[in-house]
Amino acid sequence: MMFDYAVIWDSLPLYLGGVLVTLKLLLIALTLGLATAIPLGLMRVSRSAWVNFPAWLYTYVIRGTPMLVQLYLIYYGLAQFEAVRASVLWPYLSSATFCACLAFAINTSAYSAEILAGSLKTTSHGEIEAAKAMGMSRATLYRRILLPSALRRALPQYSNEVIMMLHTTSLASIVTLIDITGAARTVSSQFYLPFEAYITAGLFYLCLTFILVRLFKLAERRWLAYLAPRKA
Amino acid sequence: MLNGYGATILDGAWLTLMLALTSMAVAMVLGLLGAACRLSPVRWLALLGETYATVIRGIPDLVLILLIFYGGQDLVNRLGPLLGHDAYIDINPFISGVFTLGFIFGAYLSETFRGAFMAIPRGQGEAGAAYGMSDAKVFFRILVPQMIRLAIPGFTNNWLVLTKATALISVVGLQDMMFKAKSAADATHQPFTFFLAVAALYLVLTSVSLLGLRQLEKRYTVGVKAAEL
Repeated sequence: MMFDYAVIWDSLPLYLGGVLVTLKLLLIALTLGLATAIPLGLMRVSRSAWVNFPAWLYTYVIRGTPMLVQLYLIYYGLAQFEAVRASVLWPYLSSATFCACLAFAINTSAYSAEILAGSLKTTSHGEIEAAKAMGMSRATLYRRILLPSALRRALPQYSNEVIMMLHTTSLASIVTLIDITGAARTVSSQFYLPFEAYITAGLFYLCLTFILVRLFKLAERRWLAYLAPRKA
Repeated sequence: MLNGYGATILDGAWLTLMLALTSMAVAMVLGLLGAACRLSPVRWLALLGETYATVIRGIPDLVLILLIFYGGQDLVNRLGPLLGHDAYIDINPFISGVFTLGFIFGAYLSETFRGAFMAIPRGQGEAGAAYGMSDAKVFFRILVPQMIRLAIPGFTNNWLVLTKATALISVVGLQDMMFKAKSAADATHQPFTFFLAVAALYLVLTSVSLLGLRQLEKRYTVGVKAAEL
C-alpha cells in the first residue's frame, strides 16, 4: 500500500485539538481586528488630512508587507529591546499565542478598515441628505445611518477577509503553536508521512472554509436581503 | 550596512523578485487555462476548472507549500522505485517554489480572468465567429486582448498577494530575503533591525508594483470613455 492513513486516523485527536487552536486564534484576531477597524475605517473617510493620513499610512504599511514579516517582527523582533524585556508586558510578549493573536489582529484590522472605508464611501448620497434633513447630528448620522448600512454592504468582502484570515492563522505553526498546520507538521516529522499529514490538514481547512462560506451566505440572507437580486 | 549583512539581504531580495516574476508567469498560464476550462461548454472541463479553483482557494498557502515541497518530494521518492529509479530525488526549493506559487495563484487568477471574460459583451465573440474565425482564434484575437484591460485591477491585487506570499517559501529553505534576514537576525541577535529592513524592502517592491501597474491600467483604458459624475 502506497499511502498510510492508519497513522493519521490515530492522530485525529491532535488534529482536532489543532482545529480548536485555529478557531481560537481566528476568533480573537477577528474580534480585536474588527474593533480596531471601525475607528480606522471612519478615519479613512475623513476629509481632514490630519485624521486621514495616519490611518492611510497604517493600512498601507500593513497591507504592503507580508504577514510572516509582521509576525517575526513581533515575536522575535521585540525581544531585541531591553526596555521591552523589562516591561510589565513581557510575560505576554514572550508568549507565542499572544504574539500570534496580536500580529493577526493588526493585519486584519488594516484590511477590514479599507473594506469598511470603501463601503462607507459608496453610501448613497440620498441617505445622508435625508438624515441631515431630519436634523440628525453627525454622531447620530454615523450611528444610525452610515455604520449600519456600510457594515451590511461590507459583508461580502468581509467574508473574503475572514477566509483569508483563517488561512493566515496557519502561520501560527511557524512560531511553535499546534494549530491544524502545527498538528500536520508534528505528524509529518514524527512518522515521516508528509504527504498524508498535509493532505489531512488541507481537508480540515477546506471544511472550515466551506462552513464559513455557508455562514456568511446565511448572514447575507439575514442582513443583505434587500440588495439580493429579485427572485423570478 | 546592517553589520555587513546588507549585501546578502539584497541578494535575497533579487531572488525574491525572480521567484515572484517566474511564479506569476506560471500562474498566468494556469489562470488562463483555468478560466478557459471554467467557461468551456464541455461539462467535465468546466467541472475540472471549478474544482481546481475551489480546492486551491480553500486551503492556506502555507499548507499547500508544505504539501507540495515535503509531500511532493516524499511522493516522488515513493513513486521513483516503482518506475525503476532508485537514487533519492532532491527537489530544488526554487523550482518547487515557482510551481507551488504558480499553482496556487493560477487558481486565484482563473477567477480574475473568468470575471474579465464574462464582462466582454457577447456580441464580440459572435462577430468573430460570424467572420469565420475558429474558436481558438476568437479566444486569442478577440477575447484575450479585451480581457486584459478588465483583468488589470484583479491582476494587481493578485500580484501584490503573490509578492508577499513568496516570504513563505523561506520556510522550506529557499534563501530569499526573508531567509537571509532570519539567519542574520539569529547570528547578530538583532531580529528587529533585520526584519524591519526586510519589511521596508517588501514595501518598496509593493509600492513600485502598484505605481507601475496603475500606469499600465491608465495606458489600457485610454480608449475607454468614462462618464464624469
